[in-house]
Amino acid sequence: MAAPAFEPGRQSDLLVKLNRLLERCLRNSKCIDTESLCVVAGEKVWQIRVDLHLLNHDGNIIDAASIAAIVALCHFRRPDVSVQGDEVTLYTLEERDPVPLSIHHMPICVSFAFFQQGTYLLVDPNEREERVMDGLLVIAMNKHREICTIQSSCGIMLLKDQVLRCSKIAGVKVAEITELIQKALENDQKVRKEGGKFGFAESIANQRITAFRMEKAPIDTSDVEEKAEEIISEAEPPSEVVSKPVLWTPGTAQIGEGIENSWGDLEDSEKEDEDEGGSDEAIILDSIKMDTGEVSNIGSQDAPIVLSDSEEEEMIILEPDKNRKKIRTQTISATQVKAPSKKPVKKRKKKRAAN
Amino acid sequence: MAGLELLSDQGYRVDGRRAGELRKIQARMGVFAQADGSAYIEQGNTKALAVVYGPHEIRGSRARALPDRALVNCQYSSATFSTGERKRRPHGDRKSCEMGLQLRQTFEAAVLTQLHPRSQIDIYVQVLQADGGTYAACVNAATLAVLDAGIPMRDFVCACSAGFVDGTALADLSHVEEAAGGPQLALALLPSSGQIALLEMDARLHEDHLEQVLEAAAQAARDVHTLLDRVVRQHVQEASVLLGD
Repeated sequence: MAAPAFEPGRQSDLLVKLNRLLERCLRNSKCIDTESLCVVAGEKVWQIRVDLHLLNHDGNIIDAASIAAIVALCHFRRPDVSVQGDEVTLYTLEERDPVPLSIHHMPICVSFAFFQQGTYLLVDPNEREERVMDGLLVIAMNKHREICTIQSSCGIMLLKDQVLRCSKIAGVKVAEITELIQKALENDQKVRKEGGKFGFAESIANQRITAFRMEKAPIDTSDVEEKAEEIISEAEPPSEVVSKPVLWTPGTAQIGEGIENSWGDLEDSEKEDEDEGGSDEAIILDSIKMDTGEVSNIGSQDAPIVLSDSEEEEMIILEPDKNRKKIRTQTISATQVKAPSKKPVKKRKKKRAAN
Repeated sequence: MAGLELLSDQGYRVDGRRAGELRKIQARMGVFAQADGSAYIEQGNTKALAVVYGPHEIRGSRARALPDRALVNCQYSSATFSTGERKRRPHGDRKSCEMGLQLRQTFEAAVLTQLHPRSQIDIYVQVLQADGGTYAACVNAATLAVLDAGIPMRDFVCACSAGFVDGTALADLSHVEEAAGGPQLALALLPSSGQIALLEMDARLHEDHLEQVLEAAAQAARDVHTLLDRVVRQHVQEASVLLGD
């Protein structure tokens, strides 16, 4: 759903990578105090599961996913539990307020895209930049400037000082993002207490349509007029195109002639035999070939129009006809179309009479 | 693992090594007859086997063929008896997939794939005993196997793991040290140029210590390179003696 390139159901490489990265970032860094999730030692424990759904992919899903995951964990409240001896009492949400998870720190991923063997470095690449990048370096840090995860991917060759520089930049970014998250969490808590509206629908800004918005690319339009005139003066005049739709029967219409069938080149000898065989079907194609400028002419000839009534002529065999070539070359001049077209028709007519 | 001292006051680790010391490395090339290249490496107790087939024609879908370079295909498998408790899924689980991807990424960068367009190079790595530093052992074994197969590479790819305890960076972690939960860094390096092919780190490490740990890992990788270089030269010498040169 997130992007046209993602197929449903396949566990692709990207999925594995993303999954493992987030697992390492959240689990191995011990951001959640897992001991506090224990209810009865050796018997009962809370299991926490984070499900991530990617809705729209505009680059750098790793960062977005890590922020979403950690904020969700911070925001989550679990039901309260009390243990008295052997008795475990689980309070429902109405009885007692739910309890937040104890989170030690918030690891946030920052991605760096490398271009041209490490010459250029971009933080937070968007989708287009991701498509052409050489490689990606992901650094997950928390606001105490502890690195939780580093992962280099796509086989770029890094140098040690590049990695260190990236970690410094990541430190700055993470501090900003953590502040943003804190504010958002406080805001949400405030709104919930005051009884205002909260939730996913509210978080989507109301007055903005983001789907069809495209950034304006700056283009220099100062000399457009001169360029346009130049192009027009140098160009050849366009060829005459007369497009008149021909209605054969209700539901069958035709505009144009279509591309010439090149099978005719290969089967010259066979063609002639079949023509003499007098297949009426060939007429249909002849007539179709000769149309465009000649609506009135076609109307006056009975043969081509009759084909729709006759039962014999229901099947159309696409047989290359030698006459077709002549017709083809003369389509441009409308007047000459008449002469050759009449010939084949008359030929067929005679044959039918004979039959 | 509480109470286990990873680094004693005198600077000795659990297995008696110093902070920057590597475990004993033994390696052999050309262990299998069928494969184009194969190698076996033991880093301490970690044992890894690597096998290379190629370059050969692309198997499976022809559409995957790249017109200007070779496709590198890596598969990582960890034997069920490799860890203390029997492993349920040797292939196919996410961790193996990830390792395979990382190996592929490493070798795609190091192998001169432009010399073999439209073909495929397969690298299979099997871990027989996992005692810490499995990624590093796999990369080292695969490097030797690729060299044994005669596939041209930019440089050796040497890998080593590193950790950080009590203000000191440790090189080449064993399983005990990894399980203790401290930060672990896995680094794959091309020694001559000092370029990093793959860098991976887990668990919390303060930014200020990053350089120290990186340096320790890089130095360890260079030490591994010296060793691997010696192994390759010895192998070539043996082979030339057998051929009667």
